Amino acid sequence: MTDLLNLVRQAVLTPSGLQDGDIEKIMNCLLSASVDDADIYFQSSHSESWVMEGGIIKEGSHSIEQGAGVRAVSGEKTGFAYSDRIELPVLLEAAGNVKAIVRHGQQAQMGIIKTAKWPRYYPIVNPLPSLATNQKIDLLKTVDSETRKLDPRIEEVIVSLSGTYENILVANQDGSLSADVRPLVRMNVSVIVEENGRREQGSMGGGGRSDYNYFIEQDRALNYGKEAVRQALVNLEAGEAPAGNMTVVLGPGWPGILLHEAIGHGLEGDFNRKGTSAFSGRVGERVASDLCTVVDDGTLPGRRGSLSIDDEGTPTEQTILIENGILKGYMQDKLNARLMGVKSTGNGRRESYAHLPMPRMTNTYMLPGQHDPQEIIKSVKKGLFAKNFAGGQVDITSGKFVFSASEAYLIEDGKITSPVKGATLIGNGPDVLTKVSMVGNDLQLDSGVGTCGKDGQSVPVGVGQPTLKIDGLTVGGTSV
Amino acid sequence: MQNQEQINQLKNTVQDLLDEAKKQGATAAEAGLSQDNGLSVSVRLGEVETLEYHCDQGLGVTVYFGQRKGSASTTDLSPASIKETVSAACSIARFTSEDSFSGLPEQQLLATEFHDLELYHPWDVNADKAISLATECEDAARSFHPEISNSEGASVNSHQGIRVMGNSLGFLQGYAATRHSLSCSVLAQRGDSMQRDYWYSVARNALHLESAVSIGNKAAERTLRRLEGRSLSTRQCPVLYCAETASGLLGSFIGAISGGNLYRKSSFLLDALGSQVFPEFVRIHEQPHLKAALGSAAYDGEGVATKPRDIITGGILQGYVLGTYSARKLGMQSTGNAGGVHNLTIDPGTLDFDGMLKALNTGLLVTELMGQGVNMVNGDYSRGAAGFWVENGQIQYPVEEITIAGNLKDMLKNIVAVGNDVDYRGNIRTGSILVEQLSIAGE
Ligand SMILES: [Zn+2]
Repeated sequence: MTDLLNLVRQAVLTPSGLQDGDIEKIMNCLLSASVDDADIYFQSSHSESWVMEGGIIKEGSHSIEQGAGVRAVSGEKTGFAYSDRIELPVLLEAAGNVKAIVRHGQQAQMGIIKTAKWPRYYPIVNPLPSLATNQKIDLLKTVDSETRKLDPRIEEVIVSLSGTYENILVANQDGSLSADVRPLVRMNVSVIVEENGRREQGSMGGGGRSDYNYFIEQDRALNYGKEAVRQALVNLEAGEAPAGNMTVVLGPGWPGILLHEAIGHGLEGDFNRKGTSAFSGRVGERVASDLCTVVDDGTLPGRRGSLSIDDEGTPTEQTILIENGILKGYMQDKLNARLMGVKSTGNGRRESYAHLPMPRMTNTYMLPGQHDPQEIIKSVKKGLFAKNFAGGQVDITSGKFVFSASEAYLIEDGKITSPVKGATLIGNGPDVLTKVSMVGNDLQLDSGVGTCGKDGQSVPVGVGQPTLKIDGLTVGGTSV
Repeated sequence: MQNQEQINQLKNTVQDLLDEAKKQGATAAEAGLSQDNGLSVSVRLGEVETLEYHCDQGLGVTVYFGQRKGSASTTDLSPASIKETVSAACSIARFTSEDSFSGLPEQQLLATEFHDLELYHPWDVNADKAISLATECEDAARSFHPEISNSEGASVNSHQGIRVMGNSLGFLQGYAATRHSLSCSVLAQRGDSMQRDYWYSVARNALHLESAVSIGNKAAERTLRRLEGRSLSTRQCPVLYCAETASGLLGSFIGAISGGNLYRKSSFLLDALGSQVFPEFVRIHEQPHLKAALGSAAYDGEGVATKPRDIITGGILQGYVLGTYSARKLGMQSTGNAGGVHNLTIDPGTLDFDGMLKALNTGLLVTELMGQGVNMVNGDYSRGAAGFWVENGQIQYPVEEITIAGNLKDMLKNIVAVGNDVDYRGNIRTGSILVEQLSIAGE
């Protein structure tokens, strides 16, 4: 663990010549006011992306983002400043500005003392050089040409590859220094197909906290291409989607975006501390059928939404949100946990040093149930089977949420029949899970594509679920 | 002027970048740099919640080796970093393909006239002043009605920044701009029904901001009117998009005529140039040179001169929205839209909001849309919505948990009227828009 700390020190502090003693100076400036919490967050992140389109390597880019954020918290008040210059005078000035928000108080002294030990859930690796540039280009070209071969109706293939190598260092007012190295890779294939003048698209991708070899292992990259083409061809056949309230069966994996939107955001600590969520004050109450157990879990090895420590230096955990239908608890960062008298659950996340942390999801999923997915389909006389989704959104106060299907089929007399066009599904978060009448035994996590937005901040997340049957959800098609 | 000095300094840095690119063998290059400072304050339940000092900077460079290109960016503006960033871009260009459409804009399209668009209006607002303004705004909302039960707070934001860009054709320009805003979001409760809504004002010049009290009152009013919303039965009916949601509709139209979607053939308006896209009474145009407006710019993201122009006249599509690359792919010329449109405006009709409600007569007024649900390739449209049910031109009750669906191609053609209740807070300026018939799905 000290190796990790030294590695991150080298990556983040050494280039600007900052020492531990300087961190103490900045922190002591913050601590000359009476604060409940104070931290300094250092970040250095290197990323690249490559795009192949129209059969050529069209674009490549490289970017470096680095800086530090200084925060002081007192009660419900937060003062925050940041700079992309990691220099002592700049950060001392930031600290001086930030502490103006709180009363002047006792003179505390902080000395850097310790670094705790915690498990790691992904390798300490820089994904950027994990393949030589010509190997990255070859990978893109192979995926492009193999995908184009799959069907004569393919008009266009766009393949993208990106990677980020991020180092973060958090200094807390108790003197602890926590470090993390966070690799993240992502690949995507999207295709346009055309038949008799009708054009449709399909898209598939994945990734995780790993290096680029992830896409070569198990032919993942080639399979993204196959899946994108399959989806696009299905959409060529799709008829009008139905409109109205009906039984909906959601496929396993990425459709777990339901959980993220319908209940996940509503269970974030800040909204519940403030009483602005449709779930506020409902711990201990039934919010789902007893078939439903939902967790947020930052500890899954190598997943896109996983973190060894959150952005406040708290180790992540598996947090039970709903157990057998009963609401168990919220996802917390330090500030909201303190104000609600509970422990942080390791969900304090921020987009970068230039943003304030807040409670955010990691990987949110439902545990598997008893039913064979075939049985679930068989039990539906008339309904919709939604297999893939684009994105979603929620109003945490009213509880209303949407998520948009990108691949869906009618279910008629217990059989999946004809494909229908994408449609938005809308429901009410606090009661949608009470209508879950069957849960499959086929839990799947998504392939590693999720990005969650909140208050203008984006962070990578994961979702997952087994096949689910919901007795009544509004489907926004055009066929009445 | 201190700004001019700073702009000149940043111009020198951009020139250094371009020189460095040339030194490293690039045949052409383009570089941009920005520096922003800002203050945000939020007040919740009468107490300061956050005080944030923003300070951002960044530079980006694109190099060309013949027709291969590479890009790189960084937040570090030191001389050493400039060298490294250029070299990162150059090493990328060794691996990208020859692309006969790539390269800098044509010299004769670059902007040569730079009138003062009056985008820079610093606001002498310090933390204390911002706190008292936000407090005044939130107080107005909270005291508006006893059913206002909680608050997400009010906030004041003030930002000022400088942008400089240049290319190896000799273009080197910069300008300073400001952006200030005041917003408020509150909750209301009646029985089991809890709702939240907000209102905001944003302007280049703080003097143009709506008053704190008016913003607070509107936030409260908008929240209260949503209480006890219900779903609708599934049906077909006309839909009135309020001005704020109407801008999204026009945004989707702009997406469909944008070069990137056109040359990728992922637009429902392929080959629509010269054809009837809207009804005859519709005119849509760009006004890039409006003084102090939020979307104003003398040149686009590549230095190409922006021009006032009609995009729709008599309902007919007059031109696409193109940058240099997409223009060349389509065998056309850049329209000065690298980075988007500038103050896109649909000519307002004669009806105010009440008149538009009467024109709707019986149908759905949409005040909020949720989710993506727009398929650019085929125009399929299906989104979550909230709003009000209207009968005989009168609002009856709030509606939520419904979706509205149709196809954008038909929706644009079936616009019945555009209101004069224009929302000036964004880059798309429109009044409310009435669409003839859409599918509503509900309980
Ligand atoms: Zn989210």
